[in-house]
Amino acid sequence: MSEISSLTLTELVKNIKEKKLSSTEITKAFVERSQKSKELNTYITEDFSSAIEKAQKFDDKPNFDLKLPGIPIAVKDLFCTNGVRTTAGSKILNNFIPTYESTVTQNIWQQGAILLGKLNCDEFAMGSSNETSFFGNVQNPIDKNLVPGGSSGGSASALAANLTPVTIGTDTGGSIRQPASFTGTVGLKPTYGSCSRYGIVAFASSLDQAGPMSKNVKDCALLLEVMSSYDKKDSTSIDFNRSKYSLELNNNIKGKKIGIPKEYRVDDMPIEIEELWKKGIEHVKECGAELVDISLPHTNYALPTYYIVAPAEASSNLARYDGVKYGFRSHGENLIDMYEKTRSEGFGDEVKRRIMIGTYVLSSGYYDAYYLKAQKVRRLIKKDFDVVFNQVDAILTPSTPSSAFKIGEKTNDPISMYLNDIFTVPINLAGLPGISIPAGFDKNDYPLGLQIIGKAFDEQNILNIAYSIEEKINFKNKITDWWIK
Amino acid sequence: MTIDLKTIKHISRLSCISLEDEKAQKLAGDLNSIFKFIEKLNELKIEDVEPLTSIAETTLKFRTDEVKSDNIREKILKNSPSDNEDFFVVPKVVE
Repeated sequence: MSEISSLTLTELVKNIKEKKLSSTEITKAFVERSQKSKELNTYITEDFSSAIEKAQKFDDKPNFDLKLPGIPIAVKDLFCTNGVRTTAGSKILNNFIPTYESTVTQNIWQQGAILLGKLNCDEFAMGSSNETSFFGNVQNPIDKNLVPGGSSGGSASALAANLTPVTIGTDTGGSIRQPASFTGTVGLKPTYGSCSRYGIVAFASSLDQAGPMSKNVKDCALLLEVMSSYDKKDSTSIDFNRSKYSLELNNNIKGKKIGIPKEYRVDDMPIEIEELWKKGIEHVKECGAELVDISLPHTNYALPTYYIVAPAEASSNLARYDGVKYGFRSHGENLIDMYEKTRSEGFGDEVKRRIMIGTYVLSSGYYDAYYLKAQKVRRLIKKDFDVVFNQVDAILTPSTPSSAFKIGEKTNDPISMYLNDIFTVPINLAGLPGISIPAGFDKNDYPLGLQIIGKAFDEQNILNIAYSIEEKINFKNKITDWWIK
Repeated sequence: MTIDLKTIKHISRLSCISLEDEKAQKLAGDLNSIFKFIEKLNELKIEDVEPLTSIAETTLKFRTDEVKSDNIREKILKNSPSDNEDFFVVPKVVE
């Protein structure tokens, strides 16, 4: 058998069920590898000894009917975990211990999974490179000088480096799909309302969704199946008939109509991405799908819309961090002075920048000119998709306009950082599901991803398309374990 | 439109984030380039468009208003940055 930590989730579950491996053996393998991989800086909080204890408990009384029986999983540090520090990558939550569990993590523990630890991310999920974290940047296992993407950068890096068999992230404008693309892994953002937001540190409430990240499409389907549930504790959770994604996964996409949007052919896109896209188109054609040229005319307005809507919601959500009931507090002469100093010292530069933008666009006299206008354009963006989905079943695009960039390369230019999310942001604005799968390499051997966008609640369909492309491409990540001494 | 230092100070006060002058200057630069980028939206004619406030345009469900207690007062107070065991303590507000 190959090394335990390199097995997929599906293989691990099979081995446990066939009693070829114990939960303790598996958990220890991931703990040991994680301990040797500190250089990547993927973990903010380790919960290793408790994980091994839980694994031993599972082995004493195993329940093989569970979907994730005794499987250790590390999660993004944006999910509240009862009794385990949850920081959202911020100084302001550096010492916060939640008294409750997020629904999504609760769902995975209920199916037998075991918490390995909490993974690094951009502060409050605001970033595309994991460089805004208070706990330092994360390295991409592909190459030590590369960012892993963001905001779920620690998750993507830990997954690609085999420190966790699967992981969960959150995606507000691309934060699952872009790091998946940068690390040669699979990441899915579900339809808005599919996974409960209860217990997830809020960034932009009308856009945030949790989703699975994995090494292949099958694992992705299984993890989504466990994560997604209707939840009374989240007023935006939607009660729809959820598919058994892993059981119904198949590669028959004959006759499916797949749209190719002309607006996603942007200037300065590297030739490799153009070719990757063409290759993807060929693959779905070979599988019997029909290609349709489509237009999403408001695509270019998505990023400006996002940079009004998301900061506006963030400025409101982050008003709760005042140094009174929990988190970091700075000393002040009086109450207001305490608030101002706490927030000034507790938040990093990118978070402050976004709170300021959000406060401005919501402030008296500017609301109509910015926030209201953005909400109107958001309607147009959603309409683009509504119209197109009358003709096609799914849309195929590149995941990102470039491969992973160098650490420090874009930190001084917020706009060039924001442009990274040009292909992923429209999907959040329209509330649709999207999956990124690894599909090839650029000239430096850095991975590149393709994105498949689906109709609302049609995750099964995009998983099936991803599954059939995956089979054709047979992608193998090129990782050398350079960080293990 | 440009965002000047005075506006930055105003937003800083509204968002309860103190800012040193040097940082405020840099922030003004950043915000100006971001708002220039956002101005692209002015190209669109949108007078007759309904704003989209929620993606799942359904009415919210009602639930019964129940009192629940997990008896976790101590755990909650433990997260408080002040070390008084019974209350959240803040700087004096009333003389």
